[in-house]
Amino acid sequence: MNENGQALQARALAQLDSIWDPAKLEEWRVEFIGRKGAVNALFEQINSISKEERGAFGKQANEVKQALETAFTARQGAVKQRALSEALEAEPLDVTLPGRRPQRGRLHPTTQTLREMYKIFGEMGFQVYRTRQVETDLMNFQLLNIPPYHPARDNWSTFYVADTDERVVLRTHTSPGQVRVMREMYPGPIRAILPGLCYRYEQISSRYEIQFNQLEGLAVGHNITFGDLKGTLTEFARRMFGERPVRFFADHFPFTEPSAQMDVKCIICEGAGCALCKYTGWLEILGGGMVHPVVLRNGGYDPDEWSGFAFGMGPERITMLKHGITDIRYFWGNDLRFLEQF
Amino acid sequence: MKVPVSWLQDFVDITIPIDQLADKLTFAGLEVEEIEYIGVPAPTKQGSKDNSLAWDREKILVGELVETLPHPNADRLRIVRVAYGRGEPVRMVTGAPNINLGDSGQKVVLALEGSRLYDGHKDGREIMTLKKSKIRGVESSSMVCSEKELGISDEHEGIIILPDDAPVGTPFVDYMGDVVLDVKINPNFARAQSILGVAREVAALTGQTVRLPDDWDTAQVGAPETDFVKIAITDPQLCPRFSALLVRNVEIKPSPFKLQQRLLRAGMRPINNVVDITNYVMIGYGKPLHAFDYDSLVARADGKKPTITIRAAHAGEKMQTLDGQMRVFTPHDILVTDSRGPVGIGGIMGGSETEVSDATRNVLVETAIFDFISIRRTTGEQKLPSEAATRFGRGIPPSQNVAPAQVAAALMRDLAGGGVAPALADNYPLPQIESAVHLTLRDVKRILGIEPAIAEITDILRRLDFKVETAGENALRVTPPDYRTDVDGTDDVLEEIARIYGYEKIPSTLIADALPPLDGNAALEQEETARDVLGDSGMQEIVTYSFTHPAHETTLVASPDMLTGSNGVPFPLSSRPYVAIANPISPERSVLRQTLLANMLDIAASNLRFADRVALYEIGVVFLTRRPGENERGDLPEDDGLPLPLEPRRLALVLSGPRSDKTWQPADTTPMDFFDLKGVVQDLVAGLHIADSSFAPTTHPMLHPGRAAELRIGGASVGVLGEMHPLVRERWELPNQAVLVAEFDLDALLAHMQERFIVKPISRYPVIVQDIALIVDENVEAERVRALIRQTGGALLNSVELFDVYRGAPLPSARKSLAYTLKFQSPDHVLSDADAAKLREKIVRRLEREVGAELRSG
Repeated sequence: MNENGQALQARALAQLDSIWDPAKLEEWRVEFIGRKGAVNALFEQINSISKEERGAFGKQANEVKQALETAFTARQGAVKQRALSEALEAEPLDVTLPGRRPQRGRLHPTTQTLREMYKIFGEMGFQVYRTRQVETDLMNFQLLNIPPYHPARDNWSTFYVADTDERVVLRTHTSPGQVRVMREMYPGPIRAILPGLCYRYEQISSRYEIQFNQLEGLAVGHNITFGDLKGTLTEFARRMFGERPVRFFADHFPFTEPSAQMDVKCIICEGAGCALCKYTGWLEILGGGMVHPVVLRNGGYDPDEWSGFAFGMGPERITMLKHGITDIRYFWGNDLRFLEQF
Repeated sequence: MKVPVSWLQDFVDITIPIDQLADKLTFAGLEVEEIEYIGVPAPTKQGSKDNSLAWDREKILVGELVETLPHPNADRLRIVRVAYGRGEPVRMVTGAPNINLGDSGQKVVLALEGSRLYDGHKDGREIMTLKKSKIRGVESSSMVCSEKELGISDEHEGIIILPDDAPVGTPFVDYMGDVVLDVKINPNFARAQSILGVAREVAALTGQTVRLPDDWDTAQVGAPETDFVKIAITDPQLCPRFSALLVRNVEIKPSPFKLQQRLLRAGMRPINNVVDITNYVMIGYGKPLHAFDYDSLVARADGKKPTITIRAAHAGEKMQTLDGQMRVFTPHDILVTDSRGPVGIGGIMGGSETEVSDATRNVLVETAIFDFISIRRTTGEQKLPSEAATRFGRGIPPSQNVAPAQVAAALMRDLAGGGVAPALADNYPLPQIESAVHLTLRDVKRILGIEPAIAEITDILRRLDFKVETAGENALRVTPPDYRTDVDGTDDVLEEIARIYGYEKIPSTLIADALPPLDGNAALEQEETARDVLGDSGMQEIVTYSFTHPAHETTLVASPDMLTGSNGVPFPLSSRPYVAIANPISPERSVLRQTLLANMLDIAASNLRFADRVALYEIGVVFLTRRPGENERGDLPEDDGLPLPLEPRRLALVLSGPRSDKTWQPADTTPMDFFDLKGVVQDLVAGLHIADSSFAPTTHPMLHPGRAAELRIGGASVGVLGEMHPLVRERWELPNQAVLVAEFDLDALLAHMQERFIVKPISRYPVIVQDIALIVDENVEAERVRALIRQTGGALLNSVELFDVYRGAPLPSARKSLAYTLKFQSPDHVLSDADAAKLREKIVRRLEREVGAELRSG
């Protein structure tokens, strides 16, 4: 081993220059600057060197050691850098391949709409109150100012429960809940919404179902006015359909007087006229009015002291308007191809 | 109701454009659903599909046929010359079959060159422009028009022949153009079921005055017996007023052209002058009338003066109505009778024996008021809906009984040449009551939220013909006109004020009244939490019909003999009688459901025809006939004893198909089994923070033996889950794979939901993990082993997870190995391996002792 320091350094650096493999780099380190490596061997030669030359030899050996260690550190960095670059470039993904989608459950669209309504009315102080679906004729009609054979009954094709002498019906609207909620809350003020399934004897078609939800609203107090009805429903429409004009006009329900219908400016054509609004520019959203004195009295409230408003709307109809659904049968058809779009 | 504006103008001046008038009516409660423009230009509406045709005032005119000559080259064509009051008559070719050689003098509709018309030879309505052309060699640039070409009807057989008095040269649009409003009449607008009624609204809304016939008199009352008839009423409630007029020596013939046109536009078919006049008065004035052949009434009275008695029918009484049907009556039908029996169903239809025929000479015009409820029942039961029955069924004020009949009698005189007998036969036992309403300004503000001046309120009400008088300070005494019996309370008057004042002018406000306590709805909120948890577990919510058929739900039972024995009919099935619908829309929907599962399986099956996998849930009520003494939340004292069913809430689940969808990467597509379902249920129970729940094996007639469990909470069963019995699955034609179903009593489940639960602290000391595998007999339930480990491990045993179940060699048959990972951890100190080993040992000993477990080595 008479290789001098310079030769060693040159040889080592030459080798290092071609190393890119981390294992080879480690081998190089062991061979040259490891504990038993060539540099240390160089230092061991110092004993066989004359005293006069020892100083210069040692200095040179130190220089070699330093040079190789510096070169190693630099190389180590370079190797790591290249490995990283290669790794980053290796096997790029086709990001257009489909992702792994978790199996997600969804709410039925009606539930989604109902929740939105609960929220909007909840923030206006209206609490949800649910009442039964099979009702007495008394609650569903008579106490709502609709006596037997009254002309207004034409508006409600009714399912009767067998063997009850027509005293029991499937509720045709959520309005019987008005009387129930009044009788429970009397003599307190009321702000309630009454959601739930209702039933009508209809020929099922894209427009009519025998079963549908309604959401009824009722406010009873000492100073509730028709203006409050307009204000409350306008606010609802703004939250539900966004900022857009509404209009109110006279309608008829036996349990409210005066009665009104509310339209919103068509959400598709903005009033220009389209198939959705049947070229009227307006969409019929809901009906309501001031609670009829007879109904207030049937609920236990004195109409000379109390007043109230009530309104009703169809969550399925509103869902249809919002999402451009043209067939109400989709709702109970429960086809996943429909449900999974929500 | 169709309202021709030309007819409306008989009663009121129209002072604003028709589309604005329609809006005004709509806003006031008479919704105009459609406006049909006949020859009159329609206002152009952006985006409108309207393709109506306006008749050019300069080019489409009333013409007169001057001569009809043969066409030189075609036998079936004619050459006509038509005069139109300006210059020379025009010459043209026509093929109309109702023009014959030599005809002249007929009034026709002439369209000159350049007119826009509907093409009579094309289907539907296609507009063409009339151009000069040669028809078989003869030049022709004008046309005599058919109804189709003008858009009046689809009639194209012949051209329109106008009455002789049609003024030649007049623009045809002035002669026959019109606008027809289609108005929806709500039940509270019974008064507007006539042209006059709509005119009154128009007058009130536009500040005009209604024009009535000169001799219109609603105060006139006659005598029950006259020289030509005697009227008897047995029950004034059923018939508060019955009147009759006699018109002698009429000539039955077709009605004049204009009257026919009006009836057609109002949707009635012309028949003959007498019948048309009764219809014309019904449409025009809202009062249905009936015309009897007076001579047949006299014949039935053996030549004497007939006596007409209005009475309730006797049970089983019969009469042939003029539609030829033999009808049988019950005591709530009102009959118009004479000495021989019924001659008409009051307000609904006359009898065939006394109907007006071409031979009729003398007509007895009946006008009457009947109990509207009775009319409605009879209309429904006899299936005889008609324009008359609709009007009677909504109620007609008795004061309005006679005046319209007098209009009819006068028309019969004018159009059928009859003579009206001077006497009015009129039995009026139950006079109309005048109902005055006391109205205060306070009421107006309290209910409507507006404060109009007394003068404004008075003006509004007077426009509606109300009598308004001062009744003290800030109060009015308001009397409705005699044609309105619908107004009898303050609320009715307030509605009138609001309508005419204009809803749009009432300011929108937010409720200023006290806010009631905001208590929320705990039952709903819990239910919504359950929906959220199920959604997080990948379950899709569905909503199915409440209707079903008993056999449909019985299909859930694999075999009927499974329902016998000690179990009886297990939940979710029920042995209670169904809530049956008296008038179902179909046999499949004849009762209300007692379980959610049957209808849900229909939905699962229909989806599995195109989808591989379903994971569905429904939350809804079922309907259980009440047993004595049973009650539920929401019952009011007055519901007591009524046949109202219980409406408990249920939750049901249906799963089937692969665990996950097939994708381009490896996915677990093994079919879902019992444990997928159980996992969803466990997640739900955990998500609702229900403590003390357990699953116990069970048998159930709809479930696969050995693959069914009960969910218990606090030891009580709240429902079942399991794999559907293969026999049941086949009946629903479901694919040949496991179908997992569950149904729970949601009220019972949610009753155990903990709103408040205690969170365990997280220990920062190290965990010692120990695995053990235990060999036990096959019949030892995993849950029992787990519970023993749990109990023996005590507070330091942090978790017990089963990670392997093994059967087979080298284990003896009827033995299985259960392997658990146990994690030991102390909340407050470092646990030593020795501590953990000691606990493990204790657990093994306990299991050896209690369930004969054997530690599996290796």
